[in-house]
Amino acid sequence: MGMTLTEKIIAAHAGLERVEPGQLVLAGVDLALGNDITSPIAIKQFESAGIEEVFDAGKVALVPDHFTPNKDIKSAEQVKMMRDFSRKFRIENFFDIGEMGIEHVLLPDRGLVVPGDLVIGADSHTCTYGALCAFSSGVGSTDLAAAMMSGEVWLKVPESILFLLEGKPGRWVEGKDIILYIIGDIGVDGALYRSMEYGGSGLSHLTMAWRFTMANMAIEAGAKNGIFPFDGITREYAEKHAKRAFRVFEADANARYVDVKTYDLSTLEPQVAFPHLPENTRPISSVGNIEIDQVVIGSCTNGRIEDLRSAAEVLRGKRVNGNLRMIVIPATQEIYLQALREGLIELFVSAGGVVSTPTCGPCLGGHMGVLAEGERAVATTNRNFVGRMGHPGSEVYLANPAVAAASAVAGRIAGPDEVL
Amino acid sequence: MKIEGRVWKFGDDVDTDVIIPARYLNTSDPAELARHCMEDLDPEFSGKVSAGDIIVAGKNFGCGSSREHAPIAIKGAGVSAVVARSFARIFYRNSFNMGLPIFEAPEAAERVNEGDELMIDMEAGTITNRTTGDAFTVEPVPRFMRELIDAGGLMEYMKGRVKRSG
Repeated sequence: MGMTLTEKIIAAHAGLERVEPGQLVLAGVDLALGNDITSPIAIKQFESAGIEEVFDAGKVALVPDHFTPNKDIKSAEQVKMMRDFSRKFRIENFFDIGEMGIEHVLLPDRGLVVPGDLVIGADSHTCTYGALCAFSSGVGSTDLAAAMMSGEVWLKVPESILFLLEGKPGRWVEGKDIILYIIGDIGVDGALYRSMEYGGSGLSHLTMAWRFTMANMAIEAGAKNGIFPFDGITREYAEKHAKRAFRVFEADANARYVDVKTYDLSTLEPQVAFPHLPENTRPISSVGNIEIDQVVIGSCTNGRIEDLRSAAEVLRGKRVNGNLRMIVIPATQEIYLQALREGLIELFVSAGGVVSTPTCGPCLGGHMGVLAEGERAVATTNRNFVGRMGHPGSEVYLANPAVAAASAVAGRIAGPDEVL
Repeated sequence: MKIEGRVWKFGDDVDTDVIIPARYLNTSDPAELARHCMEDLDPEFSGKVSAGDIIVAGKNFGCGSSREHAPIAIKGAGVSAVVARSFARIFYRNSFNMGLPIFEAPEAAERVNEGDELMIDMEAGTITNRTTGDAFTVEPVPRFMRELIDAGGLMEYMKGRVKRSG
């Protein structure tokens, strides 16, 4: 029996010829990541263990992005702990204010994650890098501490589900809609403990930005990772960004999958996930009249330049509805600059929106856009749990950037065609 | 090892945002996190729960974020174990790494009621409901996970490996 992409990458990093689903292995990591919420616990554990150096100062990345620029004294103390630790242990990849960005957009754009890597991060959306044909998965702070010490992580080899995507998506249907549709189909535990592997002829229509969004949300289906095969689109991105040599893995033709699901992308509409789970999806045509108070365009899911362009296309020459606030957050300093050069920032501000420095802020109800009781938001983020963006009595609806922008204009959840 | 306690029952897909809302994640102090445990589902929970109590829940407990603050908050609130139909995977590994005992036991998760008194026997792999007399089996803990526990947690286990390879 052959191996899946995930099995191949795990086996190679565990020094094994082959691995089987269910097997527990210790695997070497190419990069271990932490943010300002999860690193402090890892740093305390690392230091209390009396360890004198990290396993490789070039293979640890610490990115303060959640409560940054620091929203209060406690969050400033947490980032200071990361800063001091990074200096003491000469961590090469510490991204402070000024060169920061949202971790899962920043690291691949900086070429620190490349195809074939095995990456763990103390952030659940670390699975994003599966877009690059890497194995990446979210872990906790203790796992991060252990990986910083030993360069290893314990992993249970997951079973895999193959998602075959066929056909060409229609206008305004983006990666976000494809993954929301899939999560709506299989549920928030539909891939629990498993790997989501993609295939099919429709992949040729999926840009890297879309693939990052889709791999990012594998965790919202309970998956350990989501992974795309390496193709010309991957190669183009990797050759432009990679800081080191990459390795191409391929699934065997006779790889074993516990399930195969096929989707025709040409039949999809833009999707909206209703409160309070990402699986509560509906096509835009059956959303009904839902008035909203806030729109957030950004996050590790949809804060890339392609996402800002998509929102701008809908907003050009229009005004944000007077009854709501629109917050736009480019995911990195580079994306912010690119958006400036393209005139997108001016467009968003002229339309009546605000543009923030890169931060995870509103996505997790941290700062920069917290909701009051009874308020509703449309967001391009990845979670709409109870209280996710603020008061437990508020509501978050998930959508793609074009739908979010159209909703900002309409004052209610709306598709782009309704406002253009 | 045996764990005994009174049950607090929750439903499916209890996510990490309700176990410990992100607005409190500007600290990792267990006592402070414990005060806000389950706050967005039941604002009174941290005041009602007693040391040794057991959480019983449906499928996909702990879904969402990788925040280890979730098992820290539950443990800090005095909860001695979590029994669920299934666990989200990052929560599962965080609980082992942190030393919070968790048990996959679909039948128990369904049939136990709030307020029941449970006795969990880790060696025997059984859960006894002392209130109703029902007995349930739990999924066995994989050998590697037992080695982690025997070593004193993940950090201790890895320290042993680093020394050996050094």
